Amino acid sequence: MTKFTISDLEKLRVSAAANLTLRESSNTLTSGICCSLSTGTPKMQILVCGGTGCKASASHTIADNLKSAIERENAGDRVEVITTGCFGFCEKGPVVKIIPDNTFYVHVKPEDADEIVKKHIIGGERVSRLLYTDPKDGHAVSDSKHIDFYRKQVRIALRNCGFIDPENIDEYIARDGYRALAEALSGKRSRQDVIDEIKKSGLRGRGGGGFPTGLKWELTAKEKSDIKYVVCNADEGDPGAFMDRSIMEGDPNSIIEAMTICGYAIGASKGLVYIRAEYPLAIHRLRVAISQAENYGLLGKDILGSGFDFDIEIRYGAGAFVCGEETALIHSMEGKRGEPTLKPPFPAQSGYKGKPTNVNNVETLANVPVILQRGAEWFASIGTEKSKGTKVFALAGKINNVGLIEVPMGTTLREVIYEIGGGIKNGKKFKAVQTGGPSGGCLTEKHLDTPIDFDNLVAAGSMMGSGGMIVMDEDDCMVSVARFYLDFTVEESCGKCVPCRIGNKRLLEILNKITEGKGTMDDLKMLETLGRTIKDTALCGLGQTSPNPVLSTLENFYDEYVAHVKKKECPAKQCKALLTYAINPVKCMGCNLCAKHCPAEAIVGTTRKPHVIIQEKCIRCGMCLSRCKFNAIVVC
Amino acid sequence: MAEIKLACNIVSQVEAICDKHNNDPGELINILHEAQSLQGYIPEEMQRLIAAKLGIPASKVYGVVTFYTFFTMTPKGRHPISVCMGTACYVRGAEKILDELKRRLGIDVGETTPDGKFSLDCLRCVGACGLAPVIMIGEKVYGRLQAADIKNILDELE
Repeated sequence: MTKFTISDLEKLRVSAAANLTLRESSNTLTSGICCSLSTGTPKMQILVCGGTGCKASASHTIADNLKSAIERENAGDRVEVITTGCFGFCEKGPVVKIIPDNTFYVHVKPEDADEIVKKHIIGGERVSRLLYTDPKDGHAVSDSKHIDFYRKQVRIALRNCGFIDPENIDEYIARDGYRALAEALSGKRSRQDVIDEIKKSGLRGRGGGGFPTGLKWELTAKEKSDIKYVVCNADEGDPGAFMDRSIMEGDPNSIIEAMTICGYAIGASKGLVYIRAEYPLAIHRLRVAISQAENYGLLGKDILGSGFDFDIEIRYGAGAFVCGEETALIHSMEGKRGEPTLKPPFPAQSGYKGKPTNVNNVETLANVPVILQRGAEWFASIGTEKSKGTKVFALAGKINNVGLIEVPMGTTLREVIYEIGGGIKNGKKFKAVQTGGPSGGCLTEKHLDTPIDFDNLVAAGSMMGSGGMIVMDEDDCMVSVARFYLDFTVEESCGKCVPCRIGNKRLLEILNKITEGKGTMDDLKMLETLGRTIKDTALCGLGQTSPNPVLSTLENFYDEYVAHVKKKECPAKQCKALLTYAINPVKCMGCNLCAKHCPAEAIVGTTRKPHVIIQEKCIRCGMCLSRCKFNAIVVC
Repeated sequence: MAEIKLACNIVSQVEAICDKHNNDPGELINILHEAQSLQGYIPEEMQRLIAAKLGIPASKVYGVVTFYTFFTMTPKGRHPISVCMGTACYVRGAEKILDELKRRLGIDVGETTPDGKFSLDCLRCVGACGLAPVIMIGEKVYGRLQAADIKNILDELE
């Protein structure tokens, strides 16, 4: 164990930075040449995405195969394979990047490793079939800097994700890691200075609430107590949002540094990370980072010789969405059911084990070290008047470029969906974008030019939430989307307060009725009244926001609700009970394929003669539709 | 208190887990995580044993086990199937995949087939949204699925 002083840290930074020069230089390289060992490039690196999405497509096997291919070419001393955190461009995963020429390979398979090494690394020729193709003009783009998906992004919280090896603390240090902490502990910044800087930056909580972070720290700092706690809320429960996991997987040290700085500022010496047990890779990387930081004396007793003590422990969540609410989270950490309690008292006054506790979300914390290094003014210069900096969004659904993106606050939905996201999948028509997860709402075409920030989204009837952004097209039924979210909330309600436990259940029942074609116009009125009542009377954030998906779809897609009720029709052809499958006898070639795959044996007919669906037997699973090669299945 | 029917070695392992956490009720969730990893589920007897060790009512342990979706009281199948019900998967057709699984296996969500081969669950976001819709069988992720793919996937598993 090496106990670091501040000068040791600076020395390590210089030597570690040398190892990163290759990668840093590729960020500014513009020549577009293809580097290789045969053309005299002395050292090369292959970055392989090790995020959960790419790992699900065997990126670890790709890394292994690359290593063996390099061995076979006897190039082990000149080429290094590095597994990084998430690159963000999940749609194109697994992703592999070649340094220093910045070549970006997409949809890489384990069997491509040999060709990448032989052709590119040794031979100096790009593997063109693995390059990204610009959907606009069909041209191959080799350098990731020139891909639209990345061009508009500003990466602050994700600054190191997909760039450094998350399991090597030296690479974090090389990227100015632990510099902000060292500065604070060296006496250059007093506790109040740190808090003031965060306040001045305008940083607001990224977990959903948008509460000013500096103010939260100040409130906890003011409390007089022998023991205080810093808690990192990593219980990312919003279905479809995975930025916190990506940050922990790709840059765990930034969280550790930020928590330590927070501990110093508020006078706490104990940190706890409350993380979902379903995130094994993030837990692993966090553990590795904690032990490496402890080894360097960046955690533990007398950090950097300053006399300040701080350590971090990991607590597991066990799958309860409500635990993202800070009082519920604290109860869960105490070994209890994660039920929220009324505030005040705020956790700043009485939190974990009754002691003052500061709870911040992962993405919020990831911004802290950069703000202190580059200054509050710099951070405040990005974003809108009341929402500073950037926000990470998990862009998913019916969009071409699914992935994790980070954009300045104030970017419009249109820029996100059409420029970064590459537009709607399969040339379909945009219908809505859902932000804020189960607590948010659906925004429509008329909101596309709204600059995204905390307040604008609320004004539009949705919310920022943790940053899930699900794009929907003309084939999505908004009534069943509302039902999907309500189903989630009902399942996740802790049951403590009546409006949430019973009110949401009633909302769900009404929505089920409507999607089954049994709704009445009175039901629509009831949805609205009941939704507003729950909003006003539920105890915690989960209950108060749970009717949002219903209220916002009612407002923006009222006609669709009416079609379900009055005409007993689902315009998007999604609600099973309202659909009829039939075969167009003109188009049907009698190939038997649908009949063979129909799980209900509901299709009859003789070969080469038009087939018929027996409606009484049809279970409306859509199997025939997906199987028919002649577009002969009609849904009405 | 009901008679504890757990195997002796399980009893001693659960007791060791509780002791490791100083029999501290504040550690209940960590204890349950470790206890569940022994057999893949937390049967009633195990909950009673933990309650007795920590000196808290069994109802309290039961309350926590049933509150969190990660804890389960039913044994999982040899091939535990989890269908991602995150929003990204939902809008790309996860419900159809789930319907097909239910139909083929003849079980509902949260159940295990009588032969103990498969169990079916939903989970909220694997984070592989680029591959939506996805299911997990054991540790393996199957992505970009259609209902028609399910038959082959199930047939391949022993």
